[in-house]
Amino acid sequence: MSSSSKDQILAAIRRQQLPPRELPPLDFAPLVYDDPQQHYTETLTGIGGRVVVANSIEDVQRDLDQHDLYVEARQICSLVPGIARANVDLDALDDPHQAETIEFAVLPAKFAVAENGALWVTDENVKHRVIYFICQHLAFVVPRDQILSNMHQAYERLSFDSPGFGAFIAGPSKTADIEQSLVIGAHGPKSTVVYLLG
Amino acid sequence: MPRVGLFIPCYIDQFYPQVGLATVTVLERLGVEVDYPTAQTCCGQPMANTGCTDQAAPLAHRFFEIFRDYEYVVCPSGSCTSMVRTHYDDYFQSEPAFEPFKHRVFELCEFLVDVLKIDQLGGKFPHKVGLHNSCHGLRELRLGKGSETVGPAYNKSRQLLAGLNGISFAELSRVDECCGFGGTFAVNEEAVSCMMGLDRVADHETAGSEIITASDMSCLMHLEGLIRRQKKPLRVMHIAEILAEAMTP
Amino acid sequence: MPTATEKFNHADDATAFVANHARAKWHDQALWFVRQKRDRMANSLPEWEALRETASSIKAYTIAHLAELLEQFERQATKLGAHVHFAKDAAEHNEIVLGILQQHGVKKAAKSKSMLTEECHLNPFLNRHGIDVVDTDLGEWIVQLRNEPPSHIVLPAIHIKREEVGELFHEKIGTEKGASDPTYLARAARRKLRETFMEAEAGITGVNFAVAETGGFVVCTNEGNADLGVSLPKLHIACLGIEKLIPQAKHLAVFLRLLARSATGQPITTYSSHFHGPRPGGELHIVLVDNGRTDILRSDEFRRSLNCIRCGACMNTCPVYRRSGGHSYQSTIPGPIGSILAPSRDAETYYSLPYACSLCGSCDDVCPVKIDIHHQLLTWRREIAVRGYLPWSKRLSMRMMSLVLRRPWLYRLAGSLGRFALRWSPRFMIYNGLNAWGKQRELPLAPKQSFRALYRQRQAKNGKS
Repeated sequence: MSSSSKDQILAAIRRQQLPPRELPPLDFAPLVYDDPQQHYTETLTGIGGRVVVANSIEDVQRDLDQHDLYVEARQICSLVPGIARANVDLDALDDPHQAETIEFAVLPAKFAVAENGALWVTDENVKHRVIYFICQHLAFVVPRDQILSNMHQAYERLSFDSPGFGAFIAGPSKTADIEQSLVIGAHGPKSTVVYLLG
Repeated sequence: MPRVGLFIPCYIDQFYPQVGLATVTVLERLGVEVDYPTAQTCCGQPMANTGCTDQAAPLAHRFFEIFRDYEYVVCPSGSCTSMVRTHYDDYFQSEPAFEPFKHRVFELCEFLVDVLKIDQLGGKFPHKVGLHNSCHGLRELRLGKGSETVGPAYNKSRQLLAGLNGISFAELSRVDECCGFGGTFAVNEEAVSCMMGLDRVADHETAGSEIITASDMSCLMHLEGLIRRQKKPLRVMHIAEILAEAMTP
Repeated sequence: MPTATEKFNHADDATAFVANHARAKWHDQALWFVRQKRDRMANSLPEWEALRETASSIKAYTIAHLAELLEQFERQATKLGAHVHFAKDAAEHNEIVLGILQQHGVKKAAKSKSMLTEECHLNPFLNRHGIDVVDTDLGEWIVQLRNEPPSHIVLPAIHIKREEVGELFHEKIGTEKGASDPTYLARAARRKLRETFMEAEAGITGVNFAVAETGGFVVCTNEGNADLGVSLPKLHIACLGIEKLIPQAKHLAVFLRLLARSATGQPITTYSSHFHGPRPGGELHIVLVDNGRTDILRSDEFRRSLNCIRCGACMNTCPVYRRSGGHSYQSTIPGPIGSILAPSRDAETYYSLPYACSLCGSCDDVCPVKIDIHHQLLTWRREIAVRGYLPWSKRLSMRMMSLVLRRPWLYRLAGSLGRFALRWSPRFMIYNGLNAWGKQRELPLAPKQSFRALYRQRQAKNGKS
């Protein structure tokens, strides 16, 4: 049934002989920032995130310790080595549903994009990718020298030749579905802090 | 100086003759030789925009025959100019002479700026003017940069007005929102059309416009209809009327 | 959805919406606010117009090579471990989804926003087969609870006031009576829908972009609902129209830069999730749907409407949509782009939509893939006249008008008679129920003489003939 539908659809498309076209070259000059870190900080702040520059993982810990969301969290999961108080081992959970009770997560990101405040994250070494979405509050750690200006540079870094999950995440989850009134914390994390490390 | 065939839209001919005369005044004062071919009636836009292209086609062909030999055709309406330049192609598939011709058809302000290369007209007009950027002039003829697009700002109508002594501009909150005329839309969708128009009028009132001007009298006919019904202290003037008044000593 | 026999006319629904003037004004301003955010975002990128041009060319390439790209996508996605299905129409799409759900014994599914499943009316279909589908996007959930369709493709509940949401939530999920604070209400929805996410046995999503080169696809949301919906249960079903393909992964840069900026004036959506194959231990089904798209593809005039990436920018900028509300279009996709797509499906029923447009052209200029929307609406008007769906009164009046305008003497005569009548008729003759112009507007003051008469006198005075 479905293979015949496929044939019918393809035949319907091919009945219309459209002249072949060339793909456009991506040859325009995209915006590149002199100071991507500053622009990243401004952009993420503008979409409800917080940016902290950290010289070391101890700096990250010191900042975390000053915030109630972390201090008062009972269940904390960290995939960044050296974070104290991490008491949930994601690898030990059999079922992603068990991650629902995690209040705070500290997770690594590969790189940041200045033009939109996004971080690139993947499920590499992350047993349950739901952790990015299900925890109540989220901290990311990203190398400070890994801030790109724009999305074209981002895709130059990415390849998708094997199965896997990856996402650009820009700030905490949000909705404006009630009268265009912005509410931070829709279904995903209610807050996001990004540590620029190094 | 070039010889110009004057293209006066039908509703200007019938209802706003002073706009036609003002156009003649502006062109003649700039030394242009103006000729008004009296066989002209209408470019066919109302029929074409209703979808009745077979009713518009004979009018398009009449138009071409009447105006084809002029060096330039000038019209005090962006919408009617655009009808010829951007919407006539379908009627002239087998007429190679149309393609070069359509590029000689100009809206008044663009003719002054692009052909006559006028930077400043001189003259004075000591009033606070709200410029209504009529849609077809703006987004089809590109007489100015629309608020939707990204790039350097320009606006041929405003540039001409800005050169007049004593003029000031009312700055609108929505600089180029449609007035809601839209041809037969004005009666087909009467409720939305009038709400759009009243919203434009309110924007002008808030901005302190004394006179609303535009390069299309059709928008102004709609806005004036609303203004007169509501007895508001606003006036409308076609941009040709303002330029002609300023240029007349 | 209306049918031809019900004689749906957009103007009637629009008139009803405008009648509540305060609400129409509020609706207009809410969407204008989004348009302004879009303008600020567009202007933050000097290369904006080049991006639009590039996106438009990529989409034109996609449509010209669609068959090969679909085959490539299927090959790659299958290699990654996904199951790929093709559906000719909505009915087949719904059967495929039902079959997969039944095979897994699913009783409850969490769905994230997908205009395709709206188009196919998947929810009522699954409900009839005993499967509970919950729309998890907040706006979609609100309209689902109200048992009505979304009024906008990106902002489904843009027509609903916070007080109404408060009342609805009070009734359905027991929030405090009278509470209308958006944060309070959104938090209540978060708690309630967390239960859904925990219970759902399958996640259904739409797709924003599917990449032929890699066999993967991207889903964009702000709320995180799509990701929660498909990262908890083992089963993920992704439904997309065949036009959602793009050739290569690097093209995602172009489209992700344009999409959220055009849609809501954000630099990017909070989540842009790239799915390549099922997650370990999970199962991924991808359903590619035609449902009339190949018919549009075969039309030289309307093919470009398949470029649409469903950002909704044309709705936000449309002065008619803003004042008539999304439901006045009575079609899954409302607004300017919907007025092209709906008649492609059923021209007789939706004949009035191409006329729900003042031809201002603003939609063309905000469209991130440069669809010439208002030109296509004009083309639709011609089609509708040719197919005989235009009311006879309009056809007749246009014919009469043309007959007059082809004869200068008749035109002059009609003009002077008309002006004479306008000048001398008593007011009630002119301003009555037959005159839609005169309901809220004065007619122009008729001058004694036409321009041509005055011009002739002027030439005579100046000694010219």
